[in-house]
Amino acid sequence: MDFVQLVVSGLANGCVYGLIALGFVLIYKATEAVNFAQGDFMMIGAFVCVGLTNAEYMGLSFWLAIPLAMLIMAALGYAFDWGVLRHMSGQSQTSIVILTIALGFILRFAAGTIWSHEPVSLETPFAGQDLRFNGIVLGIDEIAIIVVTVVLTALLFLFFSRTKLGVAMQAASQNQLAAYYMGIPVKRIQSMVWALSGAVAAVAGILFASKGAIDPSAGLLGIKAFAAAAIGGFGSLPGALIGGLIIGLVEPFSSRYGPPGVSQIAPYAILLLVLIFRPGGLFSQSQKKKV
Amino acid sequence: MSLLQIRNVTQRFGGVVAVNDVSMHVDEGEVFALVGPNGAGKSTIFNLLSRFYTPAGGSITFDGHDLMKLSPDQVPSLGVARTFQNIELFEQATVLQNLLVGRHRHRKTSVLAEAFFTRKVWEEERHHRHAAEQVIDFLNLQAYRDKLIAGLPYGVRKVVELGRALATEPKLLLLDEPASGLSVEETQDMAFWIEDIQKQMGITVLMVEHDMGLVSAVSDRVLALADGKELATGKPSEVQSHPAVIEAYLGTSGIAKGGTAPVRSTAEDAAQKTGDVA
Repeated sequence: MDFVQLVVSGLANGCVYGLIALGFVLIYKATEAVNFAQGDFMMIGAFVCVGLTNAEYMGLSFWLAIPLAMLIMAALGYAFDWGVLRHMSGQSQTSIVILTIALGFILRFAAGTIWSHEPVSLETPFAGQDLRFNGIVLGIDEIAIIVVTVVLTALLFLFFSRTKLGVAMQAASQNQLAAYYMGIPVKRIQSMVWALSGAVAAVAGILFASKGAIDPSAGLLGIKAFAAAAIGGFGSLPGALIGGLIIGLVEPFSSRYGPPGVSQIAPYAILLLVLIFRPGGLFSQSQKKKV
Repeated sequence: MSLLQIRNVTQRFGGVVAVNDVSMHVDEGEVFALVGPNGAGKSTIFNLLSRFYTPAGGSITFDGHDLMKLSPDQVPSLGVARTFQNIELFEQATVLQNLLVGRHRHRKTSVLAEAFFTRKVWEEERHHRHAAEQVIDFLNLQAYRDKLIAGLPYGVRKVVELGRALATEPKLLLLDEPASGLSVEETQDMAFWIEDIQKQMGITVLMVEHDMGLVSAVSDRVLALADGKELATGKPSEVQSHPAVIEAYLGTSGIAKGGTAPVRSTAEDAAQKTGDVA
């Protein structure tokens, strides 16, 4: 019985890691840059939703606050690419990495100033409710996280395989030069990828804040999500989700059955093992070059 | 009125003048070839046409539009498609998916309509699939339809790239060394396809090519370049026997030896390919 509860809570955590990792991979594939502020995007997304729906702030309906928060985060992602990164083209990867790290600090500071550094929890219609049967207690919030992640993944799959914009995003991330000459406005598409990854970060943040409290340093969770993306292979969207689930599952089990402290090390130990035995990640797309 | 008109175009890279005051025009329905030794400026002209570079001087008009006013992603919307010397495909996608990306400029549906999968979206999707399948049939790519590009041999990739350009339904097709790296049989297939593209599909072709056998077989007119300057324009046989062209290829001693056509084999061409960046 214990086992089922551990699996569900592990999967729920893993979904949040996986969604942040998805944001990493989306941006990496499209622009070859790593957005180290992805975890902070998640945190800001959560706070934006808190600001929209919590009674002490605007008190809007939770169901209205979700799309609004996604829209606001999408606009933030688009604006960052359009206003800052587009002027950095031709600069080295290092400058862009440092820029996103700096962006993370700015977002953390801004969130602390606006919403204070105290942990806040998101007021959801299903807060504190749980399902009980045969002695198993499952939080509705955890079930909701898993269901939302599955639905979002399916929608993203349809978006990338079926829509004009989704296909253009895939094309632009595989070969920019060729995409240009198929009539795809690559720069605008890259900004849209930033927008999409902002919206996904908002969902991750809302899910995270719905089952616990959020504070400005929650963005540091991004480091674990980065490990999840690396386990998945950093170029693969399903890989990012599965990497997140692996880390999410390992944590509760190692803390339940392992010696104290192991659960904190376990995600990174797995990352090391993957890097040693499959350096390209579990879902590596790179192939050996023909000579 | 010519389909493509290039007037007095000059392109510099630092102190190097890659294209020096070149003028040319391509008429609707013809196959036009650019030839010349490595570094002559052929690929630079292609990259100017694709708006990859902005020339230091001169004008380029296509089908009544000033190309200088467009960005690279707007050029295909006028009906200009191109292939690349070093093959630029979407590696992690199948042959069919590559061809479907070629349909991008013809996709008119909005994200909202796509979200509800309306009848219009459904019909348009069918139409694009059909167009891609026609290209697959035309180029005999049936066996590779659902294979990933990353695993395909060089010759097939070359054909897929031609197919993706055709899937855009261009008015003008720019082929950057269509025969480089191909075997003798593959080069013959390429020659037949270029003829069919011109005669059956009515598409104008502008190509850069070193293989003079292919150039003579398919071209209506040829422009020979050396060091960024025009040497001669005319029918393939005229250009091949033009003294300035022979000199550019073989040096002055070539005339003394009585050389006529500087025909190079495909194998030699492939060996030279790596050094040819201009």
